[in-house]
Amino acid sequence: MTSFSSMSLYALTVKQPTATQDAISGDFLGNGKQQILTASGSRLAILEVSRRQKGFQELYSQDVFGIIRRIAKFRIAGGTKDHIVITTDSGRLVTYEYMPDERTFKTVHFETFGKSGIRRVVPGEYLAADPKGRAIMTASTEKNKLVYILTRSGQTDIAISSPLEAHKPQTLVYCLIGLDVGYDNPMFATLEVDYSNSETDPTGEAYDELKKELVYYELDLGLNHIVRKWSEPVDRTANNLFRVPGGPNAPSGVLCCGEDSITYRRIFNNKSSVRRLAIPRREGATEDPNRKRIIVAGTLYSLKGGDFFYLLQTEDGDVFKLTVEATNGTVEKIKIKYFDTIPVATSICILRAGFVYAACESGDRILYELESLGDETEDPVFESDQFPVDPDAAFAPPFFSPRALTNLTAVETMPSLNPIMGMEVANPTLEDSPQVYTINGTGGRSSFRTTRNALEVLDLIESPLPQNASDVWTTKLTIEDETDTLIVLCLHSRTLVLKIGDDVEEASNTGFLPDTNTLGVQQFGEDCIIQIHPKGIRHIQGIQFPNEDASATHASLTDWQPPAHRTIVACATNNRQVAIALSSGQILYFECDSDGSLAMAEEEIALDSTINCLAMPDVPEGSVRAFFLAVGCSDQTVRIFNLSPDMEGNILRSISVQALTSPPSDLTINLMSDKSPRGYSQFLHIGLRSGVYIRSVLDEMTGDIGDTRRRFLGPEPIKFAKVTVAGEPAILAMTSRPWLGYTHPRTGVLQLTPLNYISFKSAWNFDGSQFKGIICVSANELRIFTFNDLTDNTTYENIPLKYTPRKMVGYHDQGVFYVIQSDNNTLSAETRQQLIAEAGVKNAGDTDGTNGSMEMKQANGDATNVSSESEELPAIDFGYPRSQGSWASCIQVVDPVTDKAVIHTVELKPNRSLVSAALVFFESRGDEAFLVVGTATDLSFTPYKFSGASIQVYKILQNGRELEFFHETEVSEPPLALLAFKGKLIAGVGPHLCLYDCGMKSVLRKAQAPNCVATRITDIKTQGSRLVVSDQAQSVTYVVHKDQVHPNRLIPFVDDTVARHTSASEMLDYESTVGGDKFGNIWLVRCPQKVSESSDESPDGSDLLVDKNYLGGTANRLDLVAHYFTNDIPVSIQKTVLLSGGERVIFWAGLQGTLGALIPFNSRRQHKMFQQLELQLRSDDKPLSGRDHLAYRSYFAPVKSVIDGDLIERFLVLSRDKRESVAGQMTGAEWTPGMIDEAIWNMRGLYAF
Amino acid sequence: MADKLRAQQQLEALQARYIGIGSADTTKHEWTSNIARDSLSSYVGHPPLLQYMSIGLGQTREKTRLQLLERMVRPVGPPPEQQD
Repeated sequence: MTSFSSMSLYALTVKQPTATQDAISGDFLGNGKQQILTASGSRLAILEVSRRQKGFQELYSQDVFGIIRRIAKFRIAGGTKDHIVITTDSGRLVTYEYMPDERTFKTVHFETFGKSGIRRVVPGEYLAADPKGRAIMTASTEKNKLVYILTRSGQTDIAISSPLEAHKPQTLVYCLIGLDVGYDNPMFATLEVDYSNSETDPTGEAYDELKKELVYYELDLGLNHIVRKWSEPVDRTANNLFRVPGGPNAPSGVLCCGEDSITYRRIFNNKSSVRRLAIPRREGATEDPNRKRIIVAGTLYSLKGGDFFYLLQTEDGDVFKLTVEATNGTVEKIKIKYFDTIPVATSICILRAGFVYAACESGDRILYELESLGDETEDPVFESDQFPVDPDAAFAPPFFSPRALTNLTAVETMPSLNPIMGMEVANPTLEDSPQVYTINGTGGRSSFRTTRNALEVLDLIESPLPQNASDVWTTKLTIEDETDTLIVLCLHSRTLVLKIGDDVEEASNTGFLPDTNTLGVQQFGEDCIIQIHPKGIRHIQGIQFPNEDASATHASLTDWQPPAHRTIVACATNNRQVAIALSSGQILYFECDSDGSLAMAEEEIALDSTINCLAMPDVPEGSVRAFFLAVGCSDQTVRIFNLSPDMEGNILRSISVQALTSPPSDLTINLMSDKSPRGYSQFLHIGLRSGVYIRSVLDEMTGDIGDTRRRFLGPEPIKFAKVTVAGEPAILAMTSRPWLGYTHPRTGVLQLTPLNYISFKSAWNFDGSQFKGIICVSANELRIFTFNDLTDNTTYENIPLKYTPRKMVGYHDQGVFYVIQSDNNTLSAETRQQLIAEAGVKNAGDTDGTNGSMEMKQANGDATNVSSESEELPAIDFGYPRSQGSWASCIQVVDPVTDKAVIHTVELKPNRSLVSAALVFFESRGDEAFLVVGTATDLSFTPYKFSGASIQVYKILQNGRELEFFHETEVSEPPLALLAFKGKLIAGVGPHLCLYDCGMKSVLRKAQAPNCVATRITDIKTQGSRLVVSDQAQSVTYVVHKDQVHPNRLIPFVDDTVARHTSASEMLDYESTVGGDKFGNIWLVRCPQKVSESSDESPDGSDLLVDKNYLGGTANRLDLVAHYFTNDIPVSIQKTVLLSGGERVIFWAGLQGTLGALIPFNSRRQHKMFQQLELQLRSDDKPLSGRDHLAYRSYFAPVKSVIDGDLIERFLVLSRDKRESVAGQMTGAEWTPGMIDEAIWNMRGLYAF
Repeated sequence: MADKLRAQQQLEALQARYIGIGSADTTKHEWTSNIARDSLSSYVGHPPLLQYMSIGLGQTREKTRLQLLERMVRPVGPPPEQQD
């Protein structure tokens, strides 16, 4: 007996994570240019930066289905491109070559070395390659190190040796790099701490004496052996190593960076040859002069001719340029100079083309252009002579004053949601489909973002028209023309013809009938143009503009008139054929004569119902006519007629009929690229009055309709325009808003995305000599636009915030959001102003300006002098002044709808942090709305400490746009969770669950469940009388509120069996909760039916109180329904609709910038197909990382009832024969690749985007 | 007897190879240190977890990584006095 679980979900990633784990530059294509390889989450991507496009382009990206830990590149001697090596949680070392033609990563080596998972002793935490590509070393955090030797075997193959071990037990590794030693034996350097002495010393003396060592490992290629060549103690705080170029006349060695020190060291050195620099500190009234910095990121850049320099970034974001003065390979001095300040990055890449790529830790990734190498600026230079070698010896700390970007200019940013701190899907703007609101970023780079599923549009021309236009066409004059010359506008019973030249001006004497509505315009035959209007067809031959101005001449004019009392209602045209539908239900058909005139066919079609629309494909290349005519009738059908003679020589015979759910409003036929062997197929697009869009393949030979995709686009009738976007044919569907139907550049499937643009009713392709785009009319405006990028189907709106956002609460009726923001280790605004004021007073007294720093500032110029003293540096670029243990917090009111800005800010007292927020309408206070926030004073973690906690209540005024402090109530522990509940406030105060009402001077406790959970309540959700309470470490507990007794009771009645560190939760229905945990899992738990019912039975809960507690928890346990590993920490989960007319899905946002959806299956057949497909793909398309897919999705707990949509969508990009073979192995029903494609498309297209 | 010896040898080999494999003489300090080090190295190794903690602490990932690694040196304090 097979048993089925009652629920199954399809997990889709809507937006890939954007937190960069590592980024390196290299030539992975082998074209002599540099690309950037980035690893984010489980995805590898190659980005290309080009000066021509002024920005990024993602060349390729692939999910490796493993947690990527480190990436490196190597190029074996004589190779033409860089190979990629990655370590993941697979316990394997995998190397790739990128094949630019096939657009794939080809696995070169696949070496298993240890257990899977991220463990203390399994190598993979560190990875380094020899700069000459001869060896790779990988290390774990403790003990294990492995070295692989790479050799060339044959012409192209690269052989890899079995690993050499360089283990050292009880030794921690902090950093690993490959040294540049030219062609000597490969060397690697590590920073290590051997803690074995401290392990056996109870007095703790040995611990204090532990040394951090810089260890050099040499790989003896002759002996095939790795030796620990040399080690020397370094600064105990050292964290980072950078290699110094080696080889003939180059110094070789390392830069060892620690807290407040950068030292140059080399192997076999003595103390006198060590060079040391202190890291310059920021100057300013708000900066602590004793705070030491560390280097968090950096890069070496070698110039032509052997020169080199480093860009090193401190934790403040200040970038320093470090240069090494070396003569004949001996380093005499190292020098450091302030370069610029950019956001703190995980990796910085300098490209030879003069770009600097900063993979920022938070917020958008930025591409900078190197304006200069920093030699011209007047910032102070510090040399190693100034500083003692011993980091403990006293020295005068170096200072500099930060300033605006000088050596770098930001060229482009790559939008990045990372890190998402909170998310809500809502529709306060009342658009067709809801928007995704997120709070992102940290510190000064925090932002509030609105994400929409829409294509970004680039507006080219906007010009007013004399009156409202209803239709627009563009046309060429002759068949040979490459660009359009005329724009024809249909105004209210008037037709206006414009000529496109240097200016667009009204054309005269074109022969067009001006005083009528136009139904269609077509360049016909060699050099004719036809205008179809309700009263006939005008055929104009030989329009020319002989004088370069707007007055035209034409050779001849002929008018065709329909039979009496009939008007033309619809038309379809191409270069050689015309079909018109008359009000009587007749369809007349014309072809192009040898002289370009219209020749009417003897046959005609007569239909009983009214004809709504006609469509005809363009004349196929090499043919004299198109073969089919599609007719949309008001009897809810689309009929296909043949235009080329069939076997009996008849034309206009009905070939097929398609029944629809609503009368068609528009039809069109075009060729679009797809996955067929030919690369493109002919598609029939049907738009219905009801707003449903249907795309079917129209077989070019038989006229059969098949392979249908259906989707609701908007509540108005659809109109189409055939357009060309990015060189590919696409379709513009206009309903309540415009949509673009196009073939996705990577997966080759149909993609439907709305435009981020005004809505318009008519559009046409525009082929100008200067630009190509789409022309559209909206009321009395004529616009031409084009598209930036078809790969990204989302647009962002950004509102900067002040501090790291923690939570947000939406007040949708008023279209505002309240965002609580707190920054740890940051000076609060009040303290900052105080310090600045004090410094101002001091400076005013100290008029001489004799100290060194003042002189330096004067040298920098007056502007910086004034600004740095009296004002704060903008936090968005420079961050906030840091101070250990202090907090800066504020509440901001954000209006993303009308003002698109922060409209009100409430700054909190110093050292207060905000931990929770809720919008509450207290029953006792009438209609007034209140914002309730939880605060903690002097909060610190590990150990969790605070000196006070409170619940603050703010009155919401001015339609939600202003906050007024109402009162504050001290509570015993920080209230990490707040929620409006039955006209009162429910709060999680530490482990206690308390119900409060609002009083005049404080909130008043009405009920309490002491020690409701084990650790701390972090989240509360509710439905009816039921509360779902999340614990920081112990999953969720269901609590029932009994208000029939006095005092009210809050009774926990069911909890979980597994300790889940809940980070987000949402009630799916009365029994089920979906949640996420800090380890990156999403799970769904359900309360057993009986338990659920019995909890609501008694009005006072007396029977629940007598239930015996079971194993230290509540009396009952939840059942696990689904479980899935996502490799990102869910911060918000919501059950919501994503598309207009779509169904509800579970939508979640992850910390690293992931947006994902879990879609419930609603048919067993479909579920079975996907299950089989997933199984098949697991074995036929093994993950690139070498990780077993099932094990990856079961990282912490076995995956349950969830199908990985990301793996399923790999099917779309597989090669043809692989697709066939996968489809062939599926059982149950006959599945063709096309049917599977359709099923995959439906899962994404109908639920998510 | 030979089997027992062999099992003993195998255990010793495993103990040398994998840290954390206990024996009858494992002390509480060794045991808890081992757990703490495993956890700390997991925090460092899982990128989202490291980022989560860094945001909470309001510092860069590199600094958090360094602090966590530093805690691995002596995660649960000095070992207890040996009692003979």
